[in-house]
Amino acid sequence: MAELNISERQAGDVTVLDMDGKITIGEGSVALRTAVRRMLEEGKKKILLNLAGVGYIDSSGIGELVSSYTAINKDGGQLKLLNLTQKLQDLLTITKLLTVFDVYENESEALSSFK
Amino acid sequence: MTVETTELKLPSRIEAVAEAAAAVAGLMSRSGIDENAAFGIDMAVREAVTNAVLHGNKKDEKKFVEISFMSSPGALEIKVHDQGAGFNPETIPDPTADENLLKTSGRGIFFMRSFMDEVDWVIRPEGGTTVRMVKRF
Repeated sequence: MAELNISERQAGDVTVLDMDGKITIGEGSVALRTAVRRMLEEGKKKILLNLAGVGYIDSSGIGELVSSYTAINKDGGQLKLLNLTQKLQDLLTITKLLTVFDVYENESEALSSFK
Repeated sequence: MTVETTELKLPSRIEAVAEAAAAVAGLMSRSGIDENAAFGIDMAVREAVTNAVLHGNKKDEKKFVEISFMSSPGALEIKVHDQGAGFNPETIPDPTADENLLKTSGRGIFFMRSFMDEVDWVIRPEGGTTVRMVKRF
């Protein structure tokens, strides 16, 4: 079983990536990077990461979220986060990254926030 | 909390991170450490071993990472030793400063300091660096 499983679905012009597993150094971080790169290559620039199934992330995984955010912004797109677990929310709070990421608890609100 | 010491000597591969995490998880479970503290300790161990493998030993598999976990009534002490040249922790930029928020690395030591009560580094005269972390209960 892969460390991080990512499944893709389309909601209008927003691509939702449902993530399940761990985003940690090595396989998990690489899986996220590969998925985001593929989205950009396919011209999908409105991306919602559904992190409900991500129970664990380390500094490498958080770095990968930041890297994804900047890569998508640079390409004129938007990356938003949905359904953070309490632990992930705590980590983004202490790192002050909650001030960077646009975070939602409700999918329809998240989807309608994309411009 | 039971008195127990676990020692590991692992080659400098990224798999060492999960092996160290599994070892400390077992010790924490046997010691009855609560879930919140266990989350932070697990994270600090993973970050310390990651740093030892990547930055200390630079993934040279001929070099080892030596780890010890020592539980005692009221505290858990963790030491992670690498064979690298060492560094000055004071020179690590604050990852929560505005100008560093979008950096993709540099949060590992911040997490170690956030979740543990004591974190310090010793450059050993015989070579290598040891990070020592303590969590008190």
